[in-house]
Amino acid sequence: MKYTSQAVAKPYFIFALILLAGEILFGLLMAIQYLYGDFLFPLIPFNVLRMVHTNLLIVLILFGFMGATYYLIPEEAERELWSPKLAIVTFWVFAAAGVATILGYLFVPYAELTELTFNNLLPTMGREFLEQPLPTKVGIVLVVVSYIFNTAMTVLLGRRTVITTVLITGLLGLAVFFLFAFYVPDNLIMDKFFWWFTVHLWVEATWELIMGAILAFVLIKVTGVDREHIDKWLYLIIAMTMVSGILGTGHHFFYMGAPEYWLWIGSISSAVEPLPFLLMVLFAFTMARERKIKHDNEMALTWAKGTAVMAFLGAGVWGFFHTLAPVNMFTHGTQLTAAHGHLSFYGAYIMIIFTVISYAMPILRGRPHGNCAKAQKVELSAFWMLNIGMLGLTLALSAAGIVQILDQRVGTDLIGFMESQESIAGIYMVRAGFGVLVFSGLLTYFYSFFVKEENA
Amino acid sequence: MSKSISLKEAYPPGDLAIWVIIYVEFITFALLFLGYAFSRRLDVELFNASQLAVNQTSGFVNTIILITSSYFVVKAVHSIKNMTADTLQESNKEASKWLLFAILCGLAFVTIKIIEFSHIFGMGINLSTNRFFMFYIMLTVFHFLHVILGSGILFLIYKKTKINGYLPNDSKGIETGASYWHMVDLLWIVLFPLVYIIR
Repeated sequence: MKYTSQAVAKPYFIFALILLAGEILFGLLMAIQYLYGDFLFPLIPFNVLRMVHTNLLIVLILFGFMGATYYLIPEEAERELWSPKLAIVTFWVFAAAGVATILGYLFVPYAELTELTFNNLLPTMGREFLEQPLPTKVGIVLVVVSYIFNTAMTVLLGRRTVITTVLITGLLGLAVFFLFAFYVPDNLIMDKFFWWFTVHLWVEATWELIMGAILAFVLIKVTGVDREHIDKWLYLIIAMTMVSGILGTGHHFFYMGAPEYWLWIGSISSAVEPLPFLLMVLFAFTMARERKIKHDNEMALTWAKGTAVMAFLGAGVWGFFHTLAPVNMFTHGTQLTAAHGHLSFYGAYIMIIFTVISYAMPILRGRPHGNCAKAQKVELSAFWMLNIGMLGLTLALSAAGIVQILDQRVGTDLIGFMESQESIAGIYMVRAGFGVLVFSGLLTYFYSFFVKEENA
Repeated sequence: MSKSISLKEAYPPGDLAIWVIIYVEFITFALLFLGYAFSRRLDVELFNASQLAVNQTSGFVNTIILITSSYFVVKAVHSIKNMTADTLQESNKEASKWLLFAILCGLAFVTIKIIEFSHIFGMGINLSTNRFFMFYIMLTVFHFLHVILGSGILFLIYKKTKINGYLPNDSKGIETGASYWHMVDLLWIVLFPLVYIIR
């Protein structure tokens, strides 16, 4: 650890991983509910589980991004963090608000929660992924603003690099686009537009900048490749991501009451969206091949390469499957969407958090050369369990989606929703199985932190 | 000796990254061109009738302007590539002159296009008017943005020539920008007959 203030990243990383465990656990509970509809009824109904599952994901990624930022910014800016104290205070505020919100979801009926949290003053609740009560939303804004301020001050007073520029641009985008969560037009179509301005422009534009910056940072550290070389790749990927990603918002405007031209703009620009992800794969593997040093922490590079591949598969390939309007007409809102959602979030955002944690955590724990060989071996098994689990789960969901489409949308001999779900039960069982593998993979990953040196 | 080295042309010219961008641009425009072609086949009459509202003359003038600008860019690249240590100042000066002409062409294209757009939008035409105008607006506005970006890139190169920033055997930067500009030109050469002329 070059700068002592980098240590503030540690609680962020730990909390992100704890939330990830919760995330997967709630996912598993839902996988069971798909098979046994009355499981946990009336204690926790499906809609509440789903809300907890998706909200945990967003919050854990934010924690991961914050941890990554606080770790890499001092090294990039070549100075201590502007205010480590502020970073610690925001950690506790955000953690407390996050836990309170999740508990609110679990133990208070949602309608009652809206009344308790002043939703009548400024109605913002009830929208998918943005269900957070008003105080939580305001809290997120305050935490994010203080986080950006802390980061920007550090960079302004220190060295500016391409990585910090891209990162801060991404963070500003993250903050700005969240503001649309506060605007809920009465017109349902307008409402959807503004909702996507937050949801899509987060995951398919600004977050990708943050991910690209973190990936570039780790690659510089573990491959020793010249910064100029990596910078050029980063610029190229980012430029392409932004253009295709922003216009690609159009693929959400299909058949929702928006004008027809969105079918064309959305289809064509999002057909290009996989390309920056393909470049990212080439980027990671080229850098690994041209590496000038052999870092002892081999797992960090493994995760980095894995991130590029899984993000390309999840966001690129699985996204492309149903991004063209004529295909999307049949696939929209089926389990195929869920398949894409799972693998893209995992491949792009969860994997990048694993990457940075695998690189930074050993250093934060006083092991500059990474964990011992035995621990890395355990971590490698975790890597494969998680990846195979997620791929299996995605394939199962894709199969479920295809059956659903054939059952309910193609031809004239169609069956009802529940009947169709019944016919998918076997596939849902397979999905749950792979979900268990993912959870075991995470537990194995946790265990790798506690594997001791053999001769110590 | 240095002569024989410079004879071996670097391929592709410019930075490899720009070629990645150029291919992605080509893919994107190709999808739009194909979309146009297939949609036109479904309703030839509508496309022919709507096409009458589009000003072929301004399109033609713009074609000449863009091709000419590409010639100027070629001249500028030549000045830099044929530079020797003795002609550093002259070559940079000559390149800056050609680049200035090219940028002025870019601005002329943009001006004519704005007049054309104000005429089209003045008639109350928008993306939802019909399939032809949807493609017309999407293609020409998208290309228009490329001309603006391309002119900006040429301007950055122009500024570098002004401070004699290019050195002998250092033509990569200007070739990168030039490749982009030729792409913008080439796209228009396909776009113009496709949307303005073919009936």
